[in-house]
Amino acid sequence: MVAQPVEKSPVLCIDEEQPKNWFTELQVLTGHFDIVRFLVQIDDFRCASAGDDGLVLVWNIETGERLQELRGHSQQITAITTFTCNNGLMSHTSLITASSDRSLSLWDPDTGNRVQTISDLQSSVKCLLVLERLCVCLSGGEELCVWNKDFQLQCHRQNHSDTGITALIELPKNCIAAAMDKEIMIYRLTVSTDSSMSVAEIRCLSDHQDQIRALINVNDGLFASGSHAGELILWDAIDWTILAYEHILWEESQTSAQAEIRMGAPKPSEMSIQHLTTNGTLILAAVGSGLYVYSILTKTVVAYRKVAHDSNVLHTILLSDSELMSCSEDGSVRMWEIQDLPLPAEPASAGFFGMWNFGRSNKQTGPPSKKVMDVPNIRTLELTGDLIGHSGAVQMFVSFKENGLVTCSTDHLLILWKNGERQSHLRSLALFQKLEENGGL
Amino acid sequence: MIGSPDVVAFTKEDEYGQTNPDPWALPEEFSVPLHPLADSNPWAKTSYAKFTKDFILISEFSEQVGPQPLLTIPDDPKVCGTFDLNYFSLRIMSVDYQASFVGHPPGSGYPRLSFVEDSRVVLGDSKEGAFAYVHHLTLYDLEARGFVRPFCMAYVSADERKIMLQFQELSLRFSQASECLKAGNRRAFAKELQRKLRDLEYTHSVLQREEGLQREAGPQCIYSAHAVEKANELANVEKSIYEHRDLLRQISSYHCRPRRDPHVVTCQKCMTECLNECEELLDKYAKLANPFGYTDKGGKGEEGQGQIDDEGGEEEVEEDEDEGVKRRPSYTPQLIKAKSAKCFDKRLKTLQELCDETFYEATVELLKETERSFRGDLCYLHTRRLDKALRRRQRVTNFLFEEDLGDDDEDEVGTLRPFCAVNHAVDNYTLLNPPPIVLGPEPLELDSLEPPGPLDPASETSHTHDSELGLGESHLESSPSDQTLETQESSEETKGSFSSDKSGVGPAEKQQSLASVRSEPPDPDSDLTPDADHNTDLERESSSEEMETTAGEEEGDNGGDQTPVSLLEVVSELEGSREDDCERETDGACELESDLLVPIDTACCMSQEGFLYEASAPEADPHLGQSSHHQPSETLVVNQEPQALLPLQDDYAVGSPCSESPAAGLELPVGLLGDAVSRISVEDGSDCTMSASTGSDRAASPLGYGGVVTLRQRKKAGQGALRFVRQYPFAMQALWCLLSGRTLVVLGADEGRVRRLVAALALFVPGPGKCGERVQAWLSCPFTLTDLQRWKLIGLQRVASPVGSSMLYSLSRYSRYISILDADQKTLRCPPYRGQLLANIADHRTYIRRGSTYFLHVQSTLCHLAAKAFLFTFTHHLHLPVSCTEGPEVVEGRRRCFLQEQLGLGEEDSQILLYLSQLITQQYLRPATGSSAAAPCFSFNYTTSVLYKI
Repeated sequence: MVAQPVEKSPVLCIDEEQPKNWFTELQVLTGHFDIVRFLVQIDDFRCASAGDDGLVLVWNIETGERLQELRGHSQQITAITTFTCNNGLMSHTSLITASSDRSLSLWDPDTGNRVQTISDLQSSVKCLLVLERLCVCLSGGEELCVWNKDFQLQCHRQNHSDTGITALIELPKNCIAAAMDKEIMIYRLTVSTDSSMSVAEIRCLSDHQDQIRALINVNDGLFASGSHAGELILWDAIDWTILAYEHILWEESQTSAQAEIRMGAPKPSEMSIQHLTTNGTLILAAVGSGLYVYSILTKTVVAYRKVAHDSNVLHTILLSDSELMSCSEDGSVRMWEIQDLPLPAEPASAGFFGMWNFGRSNKQTGPPSKKVMDVPNIRTLELTGDLIGHSGAVQMFVSFKENGLVTCSTDHLLILWKNGERQSHLRSLALFQKLEENGGL
Repeated sequence: MIGSPDVVAFTKEDEYGQTNPDPWALPEEFSVPLHPLADSNPWAKTSYAKFTKDFILISEFSEQVGPQPLLTIPDDPKVCGTFDLNYFSLRIMSVDYQASFVGHPPGSGYPRLSFVEDSRVVLGDSKEGAFAYVHHLTLYDLEARGFVRPFCMAYVSADERKIMLQFQELSLRFSQASECLKAGNRRAFAKELQRKLRDLEYTHSVLQREEGLQREAGPQCIYSAHAVEKANELANVEKSIYEHRDLLRQISSYHCRPRRDPHVVTCQKCMTECLNECEELLDKYAKLANPFGYTDKGGKGEEGQGQIDDEGGEEEVEEDEDEGVKRRPSYTPQLIKAKSAKCFDKRLKTLQELCDETFYEATVELLKETERSFRGDLCYLHTRRLDKALRRRQRVTNFLFEEDLGDDDEDEVGTLRPFCAVNHAVDNYTLLNPPPIVLGPEPLELDSLEPPGPLDPASETSHTHDSELGLGESHLESSPSDQTLETQESSEETKGSFSSDKSGVGPAEKQQSLASVRSEPPDPDSDLTPDADHNTDLERESSSEEMETTAGEEEGDNGGDQTPVSLLEVVSELEGSREDDCERETDGACELESDLLVPIDTACCMSQEGFLYEASAPEADPHLGQSSHHQPSETLVVNQEPQALLPLQDDYAVGSPCSESPAAGLELPVGLLGDAVSRISVEDGSDCTMSASTGSDRAASPLGYGGVVTLRQRKKAGQGALRFVRQYPFAMQALWCLLSGRTLVVLGADEGRVRRLVAALALFVPGPGKCGERVQAWLSCPFTLTDLQRWKLIGLQRVASPVGSSMLYSLSRYSRYISILDADQKTLRCPPYRGQLLANIADHRTYIRRGSTYFLHVQSTLCHLAAKAFLFTFTHHLHLPVSCTEGPEVVEGRRRCFLQEQLGLGEEDSQILLYLSQLITQQYLRPATGSSAAAPCFSFNYTTSVLYKI
């Protein structure tokens, strides 16, 4: 998908002072031939990317080199995850990929070998979950399968739902939560004495009004789910009860939201929870093109920006308690900071940041802010920087902390964003090292 | 009257320099003397020559018509203008500097081939305003008198200093050419001998058969006059067979001779091939030790002719195997007539025939290359060499702003590869150190390192070396033929050189001192030069800038009868007046020469009497006699009006030889495009912004993909850059963008204008790549981030269509990474620049009017910047902590302090340096083998842009 051109503006240059944005160097990583949808971190310096071309590429993010090219899938990759097997001293990380060609593969990212492969599955796998504790891998689609580390099917369970499992998370006590359409199914995995496994449905949680888009673990005792209708539900991980129910766009949907959505409302995506992320104390929800920070302690939205991007937000991350990052279909990655509102009377303004970039937010931040103004400790989400490079929707990103950030996009590219100063320092180090090795110039 | 050639003595000022050189002083070869021509007006061109450019002349001393010019390089009648080549040939060939004595030494029975070393002389014809480095050489020709044909190759220039100061390199290059010619000649000579031997043997067999018939006819016939004549004829043929076999032996032993010539550089493979060929021939004819055996065989056979043909066929096969490619029709032996045609009737072989065709062509190529590399006046040559020498030292930063040093340049200055005509693999070449750069009277030699022996100025001349050479080899060369005609003068000379040798330094010491200085001592080609002291000679000669100006020193031991006198002359003149390095008159020498010259008239063809050496004077004698005339010319040389030599040299394509590189073919389509573009802009009359001539349009064309950007094109671009700077008040900001690594997009509707602007601005793109890969002259589609990463300067088409809107979109989207120069509206949008660093190259009120001047100005500024960046990059403590207690902020502070206080750079100027430093670092870290798999980095920063208007 190509980013929709924003308002045609005759202005060719915008003021771009971003003192807090330290991504001052980039490397464009090419190699994919189609949309790159997934990124997984393998270790401190490697990551793997996968997309619609069925390719899995392993990158060294320190140098930007392409280390391996994992070929084997004939169709787009639908899920990818790492599988770390810790046998005593050594821990070895493998990659598991699932593809639309109804196959499941286990790769060694060091050698690029396809270690195991399962083809002719009944359906394509939509999500993968690794239970490292049990050294098993679960694949979810129309059926739930459990595989051991040698890719032998341990047990499987057919679903009655049409949509199949779209998300899987691990819960305490060998339980697994699977999101299927509007329901969350709780399964329990039992390992019998002869190490054979079985999986059983325990509970079906059907409190969501709409399709569940996101399902995450918050901490040991909580997990959260978000739906297409903008409902955010906080669940107890042990007894699967609702701890909190937040309808993010409640102020608008109060009147007719549900009806509208059911009928395919004009702006359904505006309240859809695309992505959830958490750091244990805060939950960041990507709702439409907006961002909402929800505090678990107070069980309220502490900061939000209804229009954070020009288009749907696809992926988010909470870097710390105050810093977060989001990427969107508009092709940009934005960095945000949760700041205390300096003047309560002033609504959050994005005008500072650009003449055309945030034009829409100026117009639209008005109404909701009035409502949330009542909450005394509301804070604002201030844009501290943005990364512009992709010419298509940014699908996902992976942060390697100070080593940089990798973004992948529909424009078939990956971009490695780095701290220019740090890189410069590293290069200087390398230079003097080489100088020493060479014994001078 | 014909004036004598003025033998120009090479002199230099004495070096009583300080014995303890300042360790901090600039290396001598880099120091530019402030007043290289302190004694005269440097602008006063001495030239009133009738030719405009330097050229190379090849002349021959024909035994039939005397000295005659054969060939000029470049082979263009315009080159010489009204200059009388015949006259000049006569002058440079009138003295037999090689003293090639050929003849029948009293002791030996056979004629000897003379193994003459080449001679190198600087001759001047002050009247004509022509000066020449003259390289005499002799080639073998079986039909020539004494088997030798004297030739000379001359580098003719109007500038005497140029020749004097480039003597060493001229000598080196001409030696290569000479060796090439001689190698081909030996081959051809051996073949000719072979053919001749076959003829002789055939003749012999025929004669024998006739004699046999006579004998059979009866005893009364034996004593008839006819029979006696036949018998004499037979004897003569036999004798000449022996003689020719001996000649063949001599020519094949050529390689075993010690070579005194320090410049002899030969391709070993050629040598071995030639040697093998000769040895084979020798073997073949040694089998016929008894030439009569041949007849016996013929007698046994039914018919001698058939036998010969068979053998000829066999030989052809062998030859074909040797030659591989060449296939000639089989040779039928000819009957040698007892009385051959007179010398003057017969056609002499041409130079091409004398040398193998391949060798001849290779020589001409070599000379052409020589001519090319010596184009331009001395100052130009010198600065170019200085420039190259400097750049060679700055390999780390060269990529930033300097044009690529081609491989030919490598040959020119770095290592001189011995030339190989047949283009054998390069594995067998020997490395030679090139002669050092010579400028002005200051010697660049390492004299200060030598022991203070040579206090006698005379002993500092090449005289010393050569007399050493003479000493070293006089015993080696003491073949009777060499010494037979040695005259009183020459023996005196020998003594003289011996004495001067004593004052000199031992070869070993010299070698040591040289070895301590030279980083890479030249590889001696030990295979071909069995004498051990050749190595020292080679080194000594190639390293010293002293020149052999006279031929005498060459011939000191070679039985050269007249040359020692000229040597003595030079010595005395050196002692007398060294400060005056104008040409010398060698009147005395010439007078003596005419007396001493032993006229040698060898059998130019097979005479019935065999080889006879008549004492008749050669044709050239009258000239030699007249050549004693001389003219006082010193005053003329200096007081001449300045002449516009430079423009002349300029349109002679002074540029680097790259400009004629094969890349020209690649340029062609682009050039055509450029022409078309220029036409467009010419038609567009209102476009006065860049009313460039079509000439400068070409500068636009080669940029971008498809060809190496040459210095010449860059100079042309200088004109455009100057226009840009003068026209746009925000030129400084634009240049800053380029230099600080911010991609500059030149946006415009007119392709010609955009291309010209891009070509002009490309000068300022650091590290543009060998073929300008980082510059895109014309782009008519929206660009992406990858393009930004790849190109630092982009010419972008402005279109008013849907495509245009998406282009505008990409412009606005990536606006943080780019600066936009709008060529139509004359605006520039870029971050503000307030620095001072670029003020002197982007001053729109500059007084510089010429593009090439501006180019040099820019080059020097950029070079300065690169040097600073180098310093910054490789200064350890600016990047890394000195002690482990230091944090990164301390280093950061130190770096800032360095940039701001020590280099005096502001914030924006620092960015230039940081960017250059980053490029240097990346270049340095780049793996040597191939390009790494990693994508290049693209750095940027988040700053506000402002819009500059005119």
